[in-house]
Amino acid sequence: MSVDLRTPATIASTAAQLDLREALRLMLTIRLFDEQAVALFRAGEIRGSTHPYIGMEAVGVGVTLALRPTDYVTSTHRGHGHTIAKGGDVRRMMAELLGRSTGYSGGKGGSMHIADMDRHMLGANGIVGGGMGLATGAALTARLQHTGSVAVCFFGDGALEQGVLHETTNLAAIWKLPVVYVCENNQYAMSTRSDWSVAGGDPASRAAGYGIPGLTVDGMDLVAVHSAACDFVERARRGDGPAYLICTTYRYHGHHAADPLNYREREEVERWRQVDPIERVKRAVVDGGVMTAAEVAELERGVEAEIEAAVEFGKASPEPDPDQLMTDIYA
Amino acid sequence: MSTVQDLSTPHAGPLPGGEGGRTREITYAEALNEALREEMRRDPAVFVMGEDVAVWGGGGIFGVTRGLVEEFGAERVRDTPISEEAIAAVAVGAAATGSRPVAEIMYVDFIGLAMEPIVNQAAKLRYMFGGKARVPLVIRAQEGAGRGNAAQHSQSLEAWFCHIPGLKVVTPSTPADAKGLLKSAIRDDNPVIFLEHKALYFTKGGVPDGDLTIPLGVADVKRVGSDVTVVGVHTMVGKALQAARQLATEGIELEVIDPRSLVPLDEQAIVESVKKTGRLIVSHEAYTRGGYGSEIISRVVEAAFDYLDAPPVRVCARDVPVPYSAPLETAALPQVEDLVTAARALVHNER
Repeated sequence: MSVDLRTPATIASTAAQLDLREALRLMLTIRLFDEQAVALFRAGEIRGSTHPYIGMEAVGVGVTLALRPTDYVTSTHRGHGHTIAKGGDVRRMMAELLGRSTGYSGGKGGSMHIADMDRHMLGANGIVGGGMGLATGAALTARLQHTGSVAVCFFGDGALEQGVLHETTNLAAIWKLPVVYVCENNQYAMSTRSDWSVAGGDPASRAAGYGIPGLTVDGMDLVAVHSAACDFVERARRGDGPAYLICTTYRYHGHHAADPLNYREREEVERWRQVDPIERVKRAVVDGGVMTAAEVAELERGVEAEIEAAVEFGKASPEPDPDQLMTDIYA
Repeated sequence: MSTVQDLSTPHAGPLPGGEGGRTREITYAEALNEALREEMRRDPAVFVMGEDVAVWGGGGIFGVTRGLVEEFGAERVRDTPISEEAIAAVAVGAAATGSRPVAEIMYVDFIGLAMEPIVNQAAKLRYMFGGKARVPLVIRAQEGAGRGNAAQHSQSLEAWFCHIPGLKVVTPSTPADAKGLLKSAIRDDNPVIFLEHKALYFTKGGVPDGDLTIPLGVADVKRVGSDVTVVGVHTMVGKALQAARQLATEGIELEVIDPRSLVPLDEQAIVESVKKTGRLIVSHEAYTRGGYGSEIISRVVEAAFDYLDAPPVRVCARDVPVPYSAPLETAALPQVEDLVTAARALVHNER
């Protein structure tokens, strides 16, 4: 059972303050970045795996726009969206995916290990549930050093079944740490359906067991996500402790770019595309008079050019020198 | 049968003098307590968290954190629920964001529950992020047998952590080493697995006054000898010194080396000793199979094969879960007599 602490007035207020143009720019950047990443993976230019965030843009952007630059974010294996939303540099991101020395990690991390510590983005993470301790620990630093920062832990529905979620939620609840756990329920953990793997129905109902608020929102709706995130983030900042925000969303692509996709019907994907989060924001900005259709098209062309430039930057950058192999192990 | 008395570690030589050259006789647990207290006073980013570190018995089941909550308050001396994975994982997150946590896992046997954040987060963040992260984290745990705590409370698991690039591993055997190494570990900008030994907590030794720090990666020659090099960890340092006294009456002189930290390892000190003695025994309470002693032997064989007069020998725990009954536990652990027998055989070429 979801518990919504907001009033219609507070919802309207957060919606009014949301910079829709900036939100649209970030959502387009994420989508076009990951479309390029998938293309480069299929072309054999990206090694290992890459996990596109396409379809889920409203979650990462809606939540992150509720944060201050000094607030912390931890991410998942599907981390490009969170990095871009937190202000990450798409050139250094693309260079990292291409394994180049100019990438965020100098080619040592790849798609699943991009962090921007200066922006308090504590990294994508190859371990499901791996961000929970990092976010909760960041919240503990904020508490001990009185910085006023809040930490947001993004995680997928697959991590709802990891034990560390229970341990960190319990600890954050008894210590009233400033952390918000944001579940991106994109319906599948690889091929495993969350409506089968998650016991007890709505995951938000688990929050009651810890005495914290939990709310499920439409993760394809930027304003709904943002409004709920603002509420929980400011609650955490006031010292009232953690919360669960469950965002119901969908990944249009597979788990990664080489997913056989034999576990879901094409019609299901089409149904979710009907509520595409970017198309909804485009309509909202035009209908609301924030931007003209021409301005939207211009914004999109600008983002396309930025992503193309990022790919060119990455491809033109050198691969790391072998003498970098044994550096950065110890400080 | 071993007793705490047997396990005490006499000093081979004079300790470096502290302020005014004064040295106090205190226990290993008291020395660790002093290290924590001094580092928490020195640096407000240092804090302690773990199970029963604040309230139980005044601080910790062996008194290592005794009195800290009175001085520093419950914000910096944090009792946790029984959640080992959260203890380690949250400590990693705190360390990566500017805190210097000293997290305690009550028994190293429980650390299996916390391996994910230690192995995949703490050890790897810096490398995966291309050197952009720092994880100044100490995870304290105690290990070892000899107290009848049986199979799930008596293991020595240091080899698990030595295997992982990105971690440092420390194993002090004396009060002075415990204090000086813990202070260095807390000041280190890397994750350090700091392994204490439960049978050593109440042993006493001289600890110099003042700001005692001992660098990680520097071995200590606890006894100088010419015939056999014994590299011992934790209680096996004291047992090797007992064996040395016994063998000296037969004209066999052991050189006893305590590496003090296994990662980084002072390979040079060990190799130089073996070049002198030509014979090597490695000894730890950790299981023989896959133990860190095997790594030490490999390094010596690679670096000083031509100097060896006999095959190196492992005097380590038997490959069996640690049993409860006193005679069984004693039989499972390496004893002074095992070291004596092994050294005699090496010297008299009885292999």
